[in-house]
Amino acid sequence: MGAFTAAAASAGGNPLWYATRSFGLVALALLTASVLLGVLTSQRIATPKWPRFASQALHRNVSLLALAVVGVHVLTTLMDTYVRITWWAAVVPFTSAYRTGYVALGTIAFDLLLVVTATSLARTLTGHRWWRLVHWSAYAAWPLALGHYLGTGTDARTSWGLLFALACLGAVSVAVLIRLAIERREGPVRVWGGGR
Amino acid sequence: MRLRVNPIACAAHGLCAELFPEWIQLDEWGYPIVDDEPIPPHLQVHARRAVAQCPTLALVAEKA
Ligand code: HEM
Ligand code: SF4
Repeated sequence: MGAFTAAAASAGGNPLWYATRSFGLVALALLTASVLLGVLTSQRIATPKWPRFASQALHRNVSLLALAVVGVHVLTTLMDTYVRITWWAAVVPFTSAYRTGYVALGTIAFDLLLVVTATSLARTLTGHRWWRLVHWSAYAAWPLALGHYLGTGTDARTSWGLLFALACLGAVSVAVLIRLAIERREGPVRVWGGGR
Repeated sequence: MRLRVNPIACAAHGLCAELFPEWIQLDEWGYPIVDDEPIPPHLQVHARRAVAQCPTLALVAEKA
């Protein structure tokens, strides 16, 4: 029994550590969905049965859920004693002694998500031009989160974990390529004029 | 409360007409035609939702 607990502890058998890993995986899935839905709303893809406001409302709600799950993932990481990470490492990049670089990728992604979400909720106050510009940083946040997972994720070293990462990568790549193709056909979006 | 569209900012997403068809119709190019009349209190919640959801913030609510 003693040997078992020792082995479990050395393998990270702490419930908080498992929570961190699971919430991290769910967060990446939700972020992927959030980006896919974001691309869908920006391209006015709709049918009579699937109106535009539905994509947009779903994009908004999935994004908020994603941020909440990322928040829990960060919280359980900080509470966990298996690896010691100080609370400021959650918001200030490169301050974690543990896997400094790969944790920093997650930190920067978290900061970007906070800014993207805050400006979205205050969209009518900031104005469209600023919101749009800030919102594009979501495209930077997503690969940072993926890199963070591939770099530090214990599960990313298993074959299903790698498959999961590839599925997310594939989905976002296809969506972005379709977005670029539509953009080329219809001409550039005139962001600065506010319309197109 | 009244609704107004900024025609320069509007990108003809048509979201507003989906959310508030009582007051907003789309023309044949997908641009909104907005009723000029003041909006009765029980419909203002829909007006506000349409304003908040407009992707380009082209739809504006005015107090008067
Ligand atoms: C986790 C946070 C979020 C992520 C990762 C995210 C991601 C994205 C992406 C990738 C796009 C496509 C942008 C483009 O190519 O033009 C987009 C569009 C959009 N997002 Fe988000 N988003 C997030 C949060 C939100 C929230 C909370 C709202 C709430 C209002 C929101 C509202 C919108 C709208 C209205 C568009 C469409 C813009 C257009 O029609 O041009 N987003 N989002
Ligand atoms: S939702 Fe906004 S952009 Fe779309 S048609 Fe209405 S006013 Fe124009």
